[in-house]
Amino acid sequence: MQVPAPFEYERATSVDQAIGLLERLGSSARLVAGGHSLLPMMKLRLANFEYLIDINPLHAELGYIRSGSDEVRIGALTRHRELLESDELAAAFPIFRDAERVIADPVVRNRGTLGGSLCQADPSEDLSAVCTTLDASCVIRGPGGAERVVTMKEFHVGPYETAVGDGEMLTEIRLPLRSGGGSAYEKVERRAGDWAVVSAGAAVWLAADGTIADARVGLAAVGPNTTGIPEISAALRGHEPAEELYQEAGAIAARSCDPATDTRGSADYKRHLADELTRRTLRKAVQRARS
Amino acid sequence: MTAVQEPKTVTFDDNDQKPVGFGRMLRKEDPRLLRGRGRFVDDIQLNGMLHLAILRSPFAHARIVSIDTSAAEAYPGVRAVVTGAALAELGLAWMPTLSNDVQAVLATDKVRFQGQEVAFVVADDRYAARDALELIDVEYDVLDPVIDVRKALAPEAPLIRDDLEGKADNHCFDWETGDADETEAVFARADVIVKEDIVYPRVHPAPMETCGAVADFDAVEGKLKLWSTTQAPHAHRTLYAIVAGLPEHKIQVIAPDIGGGFGNKVPIYPGYVCAIVGSIVTGKPVKWMEDRSENLISTGFARDYIMRGEIAATRDGKILAIRTNVLADHGAFNGTAAPVKYPAGFFGVFTGSYDIEAAYCKMTAVYTNKAPGGVAYACSFRITEAVYLVERIVDCLAAELDMDPAELRLKNFIQPDQFPYETKTGWVYDSGNYEPTMRLAMDMAGYADLRKEQEEKRARGELMGIGISFFTEAVGAGPRKNMDILGLGMADGCELRVHPTGKAVVRLSVKTQGQGHETTFAQIIAEEIGIPPADIEVVHGDTDQTPFGLGTYGSRSTPVSGAAAALVARKVRDKAQLIASAMLEVTVADLEWTKGSFHVKGDPGKAVTIQEIAMRAHGAGDLPDGVEGGLEAQICYNPSNLTYPHGAYICVVDVDPGTAQVKVRRFIAVDDCGTRINPMIIEGQVHGGLTDGVGMALMEMISFDEDGNCLGASLMDYLIPTALEVPDWETGYTVTPSPHHPIGAKGVGESATVGSPPAIVNAVVDALKPYGVRHADMPLTPSRVWDAMNGRATPPI
Ligand SMILES: Cc1cc2nc3c(=O)[nH]c(=O)nc-3n(C[C@H](O)[C@H](O)[C@H](O)COP(=O)(O)OP(=O)(O)OC[C@H]3O[C@@H](n4cnc5c(N)ncnc54)[C@H](O)[C@@H]3O)c2cc1C
Repeated sequence: MQVPAPFEYERATSVDQAIGLLERLGSSARLVAGGHSLLPMMKLRLANFEYLIDINPLHAELGYIRSGSDEVRIGALTRHRELLESDELAAAFPIFRDAERVIADPVVRNRGTLGGSLCQADPSEDLSAVCTTLDASCVIRGPGGAERVVTMKEFHVGPYETAVGDGEMLTEIRLPLRSGGGSAYEKVERRAGDWAVVSAGAAVWLAADGTIADARVGLAAVGPNTTGIPEISAALRGHEPAEELYQEAGAIAARSCDPATDTRGSADYKRHLADELTRRTLRKAVQRARS
Repeated sequence: MTAVQEPKTVTFDDNDQKPVGFGRMLRKEDPRLLRGRGRFVDDIQLNGMLHLAILRSPFAHARIVSIDTSAAEAYPGVRAVVTGAALAELGLAWMPTLSNDVQAVLATDKVRFQGQEVAFVVADDRYAARDALELIDVEYDVLDPVIDVRKALAPEAPLIRDDLEGKADNHCFDWETGDADETEAVFARADVIVKEDIVYPRVHPAPMETCGAVADFDAVEGKLKLWSTTQAPHAHRTLYAIVAGLPEHKIQVIAPDIGGGFGNKVPIYPGYVCAIVGSIVTGKPVKWMEDRSENLISTGFARDYIMRGEIAATRDGKILAIRTNVLADHGAFNGTAAPVKYPAGFFGVFTGSYDIEAAYCKMTAVYTNKAPGGVAYACSFRITEAVYLVERIVDCLAAELDMDPAELRLKNFIQPDQFPYETKTGWVYDSGNYEPTMRLAMDMAGYADLRKEQEEKRARGELMGIGISFFTEAVGAGPRKNMDILGLGMADGCELRVHPTGKAVVRLSVKTQGQGHETTFAQIIAEEIGIPPADIEVVHGDTDQTPFGLGTYGSRSTPVSGAAAALVARKVRDKAQLIASAMLEVTVADLEWTKGSFHVKGDPGKAVTIQEIAMRAHGAGDLPDGVEGGLEAQICYNPSNLTYPHGAYICVVDVDPGTAQVKVRRFIAVDDCGTRINPMIIEGQVHGGLTDGVGMALMEMISFDEDGNCLGASLMDYLIPTALEVPDWETGYTVTPSPHHPIGAKGVGESATVGSPPAIVNAVVDALKPYGVRHADMPLTPSRVWDAMNGRATPPI
């Protein structure tokens, strides 16, 4: 049994109480959501925090998926399993179900949360790639109920680093709804439940004439952060969907990413996957947008 | 002896036939295990028990300059902090390994691998013990490590084992087998020679339960009770007596339920010794349970053979000779578990299942700054490496000759009338009938249709591969004339006692770690004396309760202890016959045995059951002259030879040309382990071993960076397969009984682990044929497969 260093534990009673505690305890405290990233690090003693504030009691308040006319709002404490099982979400953004099917295993999905995934800011985090692909924005709440909304690009400051400051908390993720959309996610892993060697998400929005009104691609595990690639969007916009176009997008993905060689694979292979998976997901996203 | 039976495929219709003897029956141990009533080492709780944690080296190679334990000693709840220097004063800083080397219990001079034991803390609870480790201040003088095994013998390589007197290099041992000149002569006249460098990377058994122990030393009685995760309780007891200087009768080793071993729990680890010392020092029971990372980085690994394989053949596909040169990485201490005269285990069976003219192997083993071991992972003493080598190189030959790999194998098999067959490296295969096994596997697979499908797919650019492996194992070590471990012969005791009411208890020296001994051994006894398995208690794993024997590994339980059980039951039956003759008032010669009772020849109505005989044996009234009361016997069985199970495996894979991911679509396994005691248990063993094979072939590897940091220190880094990576196993069997084993059984615990990796690798290489790939080393991760597709397959180390 791997045992963590001593820490104190408190269950949150409300969002503002949790923020109050964070404010008071500063960087020695951490929120624990699903705990599936934080607790393994603490057991391995890679992370040692003196205080854990458990926000699971807030699930009723922060665990939701709500569709409006122009956006879908998801509470930060919504669990992987809820994201996987939501038909509403799958209808609007099939990329979510694609991704959730290949994230971890049922045990992890039962507890792990969307907010925890984004806040962990692991460059291999699948949901970060999904949110990047969908051009999500993040609602961060601070002391006194003050809220600010940031883009995914702003949210991820660096590996394992986010825009959430001491005394702040991520409360909601907002996904813009646009017409003619389709999306898809693909991941290559060495084994079911493993982190991605590389994964890619794609979203396209088709205009009435069938051309690509907009497109976005998000990659995971190929650089310091999951990144959207504006050059791909630019290359696709206004064009008729076609195999050559996906190829071009794939080539852009391969040269824009910055993978490292590790036990999951060589940098060359990962670059190749960025290309291959970009093409695959674009193909599928277009297919879905059309149907 | 039963005759060879028709080949069969397996059905699962009735898993509980309630046999009195052999047949499918649910495992007796399962209700306990499935209901959470198993009792593992970590379940042992004793009054006043303390907890031990071990400080391990962060470096692969470093001199210990100083150790300051004062802050740790002052930490609340800490009872003792012990360093190598303290152990040295007790003469316990070093201990012998299973290969006549020595290993540090706690490092005194240097650390020689990352994760090596440096000091330990005993505290009131696990948390305090672990917290206090952080307070031990060790100053290290970091040295260059030897990580690349190929450079271990270079003149400039840093010296690892300066503890060994006169040692000036990292050479561990040389070993050879076969005839070099004869082999060279055959190679010289061969039409075709194929060479390939083949690596079997370092893998780890990774049992679900990590290693651990509870030591309870009673200073008044002078008795040590040790619950530990051991596959060989008796061998451990004797070694503790030798290492710790405690008298053997005052040591009781108990292996309670064991959560998987796979060879990982054969050696004595420093942690066990630390727990014993901890209990002696504190006067309290002490528990040590390693965590997952400790298990992966410090306990017995397996494989790590770099093999140059060479095969010589005629143009029409007659294999003439096999030659190999092996560089073996033994880590920092030679901790291999193998019979003393076999430093490379049974690697000598690398000639496989083929009738060839000559063979030769030369091996060099070296020390590196990596964890010691080489024990295990269901390897049958290195047969895994041997089978992988021969089955891979035979496939390379098939590719060179452009011949179907099944056909090439069929053409070269040792023929049934050649058994017992002495190989060119001196192994006497007891029996075998290879072709029916191979044909059954091919029939089950639909081999011809698969090849057709493959052709069609290739035409469409799809990558499908079919891989074959045919293996012969040598298991059941072993005859005491040439096999011992540290001087302990590999014969097994067994005791059987039938109680007055006809229930029985059998005591074994071997110890299950999941193989189902409590069921299989009850069935062996049941088959011989007709008492139902449910009425037979199997006692094992406690040295105070069981006769001496060397334990469970190398698929030896059924070949050795299984024979002992059958023979001890026959001894009891012989005595029962004497008593029955008195009961029925006829001579012994007039009695006939039908399972469970003796009756008078020609008069089946005049009969006594084994239960009635048992009561008579213990009851009032006279027994025949010279017959003592009671109904029990004991035996020590010394096998006359090893047993040689064989099998034919066929694997079908699909490879995604875009991502290079391998999917094992089908796997057909036909095993011949001789007489089948409980077919359901055999299938379970085969399923587990095949899953292991998928792991090793596709994902498992303990790798190191150039500083010697272990890159497989958690199950996130060291991948083992899940149900999602494996297909529905298709199993079948043939039965070629062992002629020298009392019931003809051969052992099957490791067959599938041995036989499956080459089938899978052969399938992947076959799938990549359109890319001109002839060989690619394990683990065949997507990245490494992609490298192979791009013409740059590289060894993993
Ligand atoms: C075996 C295993 C396999 C996995 N495989 C995958 C995989 O394939 N792909 C993948 O993407 N992920 C994978 N994960 C990670 C999993 O998805 C985690 O659940 C997720 O990364 C973190 O979510 P969590 O709710 O568990 O966060 P926690 O571990 O509770 O928290 C993570 C971090 O986020 C902070 N945090 C959490 N919530 C908030 C909030 N609302 N506001 C501010 N900070 C917050 C915490 O303080 C902490 O620093 C795996 C995990 C495990 C254990």
